[in-house]
Amino acid sequence: MRSEIVWMIVGMGLVTYIPRMLPFVLFKGKELPPFLQGVLKNVPSATLGALIFPGVFFINEDIWFGVFGAAVAFIAAYLGANVIVVVLGSIAALSLYSFII
Amino acid sequence: MAELAMNKTHPEFKRGFQSGVSIAIGYAPIAITFGLLAKTTGLTFGETILMSLIVFAGASQYISLSLISLGTGVFEIILTTFIVNIRHFLMSAALNEKSEKGQTINKAVYSFGITDETFSVAAMRDDTVTSGYMFGLNLISYCSWVLCSGVGFYLGANLPQTLQESMSIALYAMFIGLLTPSMKKSMKVVFLAALAACLNTVFTMTTELSTGWAIVISTLISAVLVELIEGMKAKTGEEEDEK
Repeated sequence: MRSEIVWMIVGMGLVTYIPRMLPFVLFKGKELPPFLQGVLKNVPSATLGALIFPGVFFINEDIWFGVFGAAVAFIAAYLGANVIVVVLGSIAALSLYSFII
Repeated sequence: MAELAMNKTHPEFKRGFQSGVSIAIGYAPIAITFGLLAKTTGLTFGETILMSLIVFAGASQYISLSLISLGTGVFEIILTTFIVNIRHFLMSAALNEKSEKGQTINKAVYSFGITDETFSVAAMRDDTVTSGYMFGLNLISYCSWVLCSGVGFYLGANLPQTLQESMSIALYAMFIGLLTPSMKKSMKVVFLAALAACLNTVFTMTTELSTGWAIVISTLISAVLVELIEGMKAKTGEEEDEK
């Protein structure tokens, strides 16, 4: 291993770990203002929206590939399928899709 | 004492481990591709594994590879990594609100494993997030990430292209699988997700913001706006009640 690369990796690890760890230490045992608590409660659903779109359109050069996969996942999830079933189902549906097209 | 603690954390650890199966599946194609790209970029096997072991953050690991091949300096690569991964601060702050009290040392350890995916699964959980749950969830995700990086380094070029392409939907399918049940239960969740999705799409298409910042800003605007609107609605509701 080259020492320059190792140092780069250690640096990358540190700047990634610190923002992950800080909130748990900074806010420990502290009661945040109610408004801020409300905002933080909204973060998961909002993050999921931003993580799905627009990324899902760009997983393949063919934009319909992502659209089709997302639609299958949504229908399966809407019908109450378990997350693992949703994941495996959309992989299977897309394998079929590429097989046909 | 130790046995007692084990008995208490064991079922939670198991639950976390099971919740992480979708993540482990979803990480496989991304980590395999990372391993393959790392090899073509000129990293050794040891360096590839070390990066997945120490950094454990998909997007920034990919970006570092393209920066290395462009001949970018170490400092710029570390700075870019920081900018791409700063969004985890917001995720950890949100998860901190949902996690069990105390246990600061455990939290400082498991926070190493907070990614977009482990955060999403833990934050959408109905129960309080315990340390045992987080260790189980992170462990299976981390193992998949590191092992598949290694697999990709050696075998990436030999895997069938169709399967790899189909598997690229996995993490998105998981996000949809996590979000949909909550959307069915609450209009608020629909608004939060839709607003953040629209904002992120606009930012990604029209600005030079990095992916990390675009996600942070869209999430924050959506979370704050919906909270403000809710507060206003609650207030007018109270005033109407008083009349």
